Amino acid sequence: MAMTGYGRKNSERYLPDQGREACGLFGVMNTSGKRFPGNIAISAIKNIKVRGNGLGGGFAVYGIYPDYKDYYALHIMFENKRREVKTVVEKYLTENFNVAYDEQIPTNAQVSLFHPPLVWRYFVTPEKKGDERNLSDDEFVVDKVMHINTSIDDAYVFSSGKNMGVFKGVGFPGEIADYFLLDKLYEGYIWTVHSRFPTNTPGWWGGSHPFSILDWTVVHNGEISSYGTNRRFLEMYGYYCTLYTDTEVMAYAVDFLMRRQGLPIEVVSKIFAPPMWDTIEQMREKEKHLNTTLRMVYGPLLLNGPFTVIVARHNEMFGITDRIRLRPITAGAKDDMVYLSSEEAAIRSVAPDLDFAWTPHGGNPVVVRMNSTDHLLSMDNSI
Amino acid sequence: MYSYLLPEFAIERKTERCIKCRVCERQCPVGGHKYDPDFDAMFSYEEVCVGCQRCAVFCPTGALCVQPHSSQYRLNYSWSREKLQDLKKQAETGGVILTGSGNDKPYKVYWDHLVLNASQVTNPSIDPLREPMELKTFLGKKPDSLEIDLNKEGFEIKSELNPNKMIELPVAFSAMSYGAISYQAFLSLAMAAKEIGTLFNTGEGGLPLEMREKYGGNAVVQCASGRFGVDSEYFNCASIVEIKIGQGAKPGIGGHLPGEKVSFNVARNRMIPEGTDALSPAPQHDIYSIEDLSMLIYALKEVTNYTKPISVKIAAVNHVAAIASGIVRAGADIIAIDGIRGGTGSAPKIIRDNIGIPLELALAAIDKRLRDEGIRNKCSVIAAGGFRCSGDVLKAIALGADAVYIGTSALVAMGCTLCQKCYTGKCSWGVCTQDPYLSKRLNPEIASVKLVNLLRSWEHEIKEMLGGMGINAIESIRGNRDHLRGVGLEGWELDVLGVKGAGE
Repeated sequence: MAMTGYGRKNSERYLPDQGREACGLFGVMNTSGKRFPGNIAISAIKNIKVRGNGLGGGFAVYGIYPDYKDYYALHIMFENKRREVKTVVEKYLTENFNVAYDEQIPTNAQVSLFHPPLVWRYFVTPEKKGDERNLSDDEFVVDKVMHINTSIDDAYVFSSGKNMGVFKGVGFPGEIADYFLLDKLYEGYIWTVHSRFPTNTPGWWGGSHPFSILDWTVVHNGEISSYGTNRRFLEMYGYYCTLYTDTEVMAYAVDFLMRRQGLPIEVVSKIFAPPMWDTIEQMREKEKHLNTTLRMVYGPLLLNGPFTVIVARHNEMFGITDRIRLRPITAGAKDDMVYLSSEEAAIRSVAPDLDFAWTPHGGNPVVVRMNSTDHLLSMDNSI
Repeated sequence: MYSYLLPEFAIERKTERCIKCRVCERQCPVGGHKYDPDFDAMFSYEEVCVGCQRCAVFCPTGALCVQPHSSQYRLNYSWSREKLQDLKKQAETGGVILTGSGNDKPYKVYWDHLVLNASQVTNPSIDPLREPMELKTFLGKKPDSLEIDLNKEGFEIKSELNPNKMIELPVAFSAMSYGAISYQAFLSLAMAAKEIGTLFNTGEGGLPLEMREKYGGNAVVQCASGRFGVDSEYFNCASIVEIKIGQGAKPGIGGHLPGEKVSFNVARNRMIPEGTDALSPAPQHDIYSIEDLSMLIYALKEVTNYTKPISVKIAAVNHVAAIASGIVRAGADIIAIDGIRGGTGSAPKIIRDNIGIPLELALAAIDKRLRDEGIRNKCSVIAAGGFRCSGDVLKAIALGADAVYIGTSALVAMGCTLCQKCYTGKCSWGVCTQDPYLSKRLNPEIASVKLVNLLRSWEHEIKEMLGGMGINAIESIRGNRDHLRGVGLEGWELDVLGVKGAGE
C-alpha cells in the first residue's frame, strides 16, 4: 500500500482532541435493491431531533448515480468557497484521473446554513502511472483521497465511491436535506443518516457524518475510549486520522478489516465488540480458538466505550453496538425494507406496521444483505 | 587504618522499655546490637548499622528507633554527605564502591509527572464491581493479518500463529536469580506467579530441577552472558526464553556473584563448582553485532522448536529506540526494557547512579519508533525499572507497554526495606542472602501470599482506574496516550512522551 507518510506529525502531542458526541442514527435498505426517495430517512431523523443539536447532519445514499455507475463519484468540499483551492484540487485530479463529468452539487439557496462550503462532484476513472499500475483501482483512489484530505488545505473529500454519495454539513439533518434537495433530486436503495450532538468539537462541514472512504460509509454515535489505541494502530497501516473524531477511526478500521483484510462483518463484529473472556472460556474449542486469536491479534481494534454504528456499502448495511451495550440499536423489518436506528421511535414513525422489531445484544451485528434475510439471524437472543 | 566514616544510622534504645530479651542481637546479621553479661546491658554498634529496620520491627517492647545519623558535615550543595563518605570509603579501600537495589538519585520520576484520565458525562464510567473488567495480556509476536475461512462449521483460522504467552495480569516478576536472592524468595515468586497466572523470571541463575514441572509454565528463563544453568531442558520447561543483554541498574557491564554466595545448591543450578565466583561477562561473547543476536534468537527458537516466545532484555540507553527496532527485526518476539531505576543485587554504585536513561522516555521512544516502522505488532514490549504502584503500571501501559516487570516492589512486599546491601549477602529479611540462618526467616508459604495480595490489590486498582476511563479491556488503554497528560514537564519531554500537557 503506497499510502504512507501523509499527515504524519513529528510530535503526537499536537494532534487535536478527538470529537465526542452522542447522536441519532437511522438507516434503511431495500433488500430487493429497489430505489426510493429520501422522505423516509428524513422524516425518521426528524423524529429524533433531541439526539442532535444542529451542529451536524448528513446522509449517505446508495444507487443515486445509475448513469455514472462505473465512475468513482468524488464529492469534494472547498471551505470558505475558495475557488483557488478548487483549482489546485482540479489540477491534482486531472493529473491522476480521467474526469468524465463534473458539476456543482445543486443546493437550495432558500436554506440558510452556517458557513456553507462550495461542494462539487466529479465522476472519474483512475489514470495510473508507473508503479501505481500495481495498485488496484480502489487502493489508488484511497491514496489520492488521503492526499487531498491531508495535504491540500481547505479541501476535503466527502465521499469517493461509485454510484453513491455523501451529503453532509453543519445543521439539523432536515436542513441539510433541504439544502442539498435530497428529497427532490435523489433516489437510492440504502439511506443512512446521522444527527449530530458534538460535545467538544466545533461545527465543521467535513466533521459531520457520514464518514466515507470508497463506497463505505459510517454513521456512529458514542465516544470511543479506545480512540488513541485504535488511531495509533491504524497509523501503522497508513491510515492517518485528519478529522479527529472517533467515527473516522471507525471508518478506517472497517476499511482495514473488511476491504483490505477481507474479513466478513460476522468476524469483524467480534473484533470491534468481542465477547468477554468469561464467555469465550465456555465456548467450544474451535470457537474459543477463533475468538481468542481475534482478541490476541486485533486487540488494538477493540472499540471500547459506548457506541452504536451503522455501516453501509453497496449491497450491505449493518449495525452494531458496543460489547456491553452502553448505547442501543434497534432493528425493524417490513417486507423487503429493513430499518436500523439508535431508537425504535424513529423506525416506528416511518413504518408503523412492522413485521418485526428487535433489539440485539451488544456486539451482535444486524447484517442486512441484498436479496437475503440474514438480518433476521440477529433476532436470536435479542431483547 | 582507623576509619573516618560517620555512621549512616543512629540506633536509639529507650532503656526504660528495653527488657534485654536480645531479639535485636539475634536478628541483626551485621552485629549492630550486643548484650554484655558483665554489665547486663545492651550496646549498639552504629558504624555497622545499614538501617534495615529488622530490629525495630521485631523489638517486642518498641524500644528501638533507627534513623539517619544526625552528624552532618557543613552543608554543601555540591559536596553532599554521600559524596564525602564515598571519597573516604575509596581512600580507605582503593576499590569500586558496590551497592544494591535501584538508583536512588533524584532524577525526574516521570510517573509522578503524568496523570490519567477519567470519564465525565459524555462517556459512562464502568463499575468494575458490577461489570467485567479484563486484564488478560498476550506476550509474543502477532501476525499482520489473519486468514479466516468460512466452512460448514463456521469460521476457521487458517493462518499459522507465532507462540504467545497469555498472562492474567500485565504485571510479571522481574529477573531475580536464585543466588542473588534466597531459595525461599525465589520459590515465593514462583508460587505467587502461578497462583496469579503471571510470570516470574529466573534471572541467570538457572531453574532448580524440582521446580521445573510445577512452575515452568510460569517461568521466564534467562540466557545471559555467563550461560549459567543453561541446557535444552531448562529452555524447554519454561514458557518464555529471555536473552539478557543488559540491566537497567548496570548497563554495559556484567555481573559478579561472589563465591561466598555460591552454596552447594546455587552451584548445582548454575553448573559451576561450589564456592567459585560466578562471573557474567559484560557482553555475550557470541553477540558482537545485531546479526549475532539474531543467530542466538534463532538458535533458541530451534532448541525450543518454535514453541516459545523469545524475549530480549536490554537496558535503556541513548539510542534505545533504534536498538529495539533492530532487535525486532532480528526476530525477537518480546523486548524487555529496563530503565535507569531498575534494581540489582549488586552493581558498582557509579554505574547504577550515572548510566542509562529513564524508563518512561525510553518506553515512549521505543513504542513510537516501532509504530513508525510498522512493526509494533511484531513484538510485545515489557517495561521494567522502578514500578512502585499500580498507577505507574497503568501509565506505562498507556505509554505503550504490553506488560511490566516488577522487582523491587515484590522484594519490598516480602520484607525488603531498600537498605541497598544486597551485595553483602547479609540480608536480615532473608530475601537476598544464601545464609541458611537468615534465609529461613522467609517462609515461602507466607511470602507468596504477600506477593499474591500485592498483585491482587494492584489488579483491583487497575480495574478501578480503567473503569473510570470507561474502558473494560486492558488492550484499549495500551498505547492510548490520549488518556495521559503531563504536569510540570517541558516541551521536549512531552514530545518524547507523546503526551499533551494537562489542560491542553
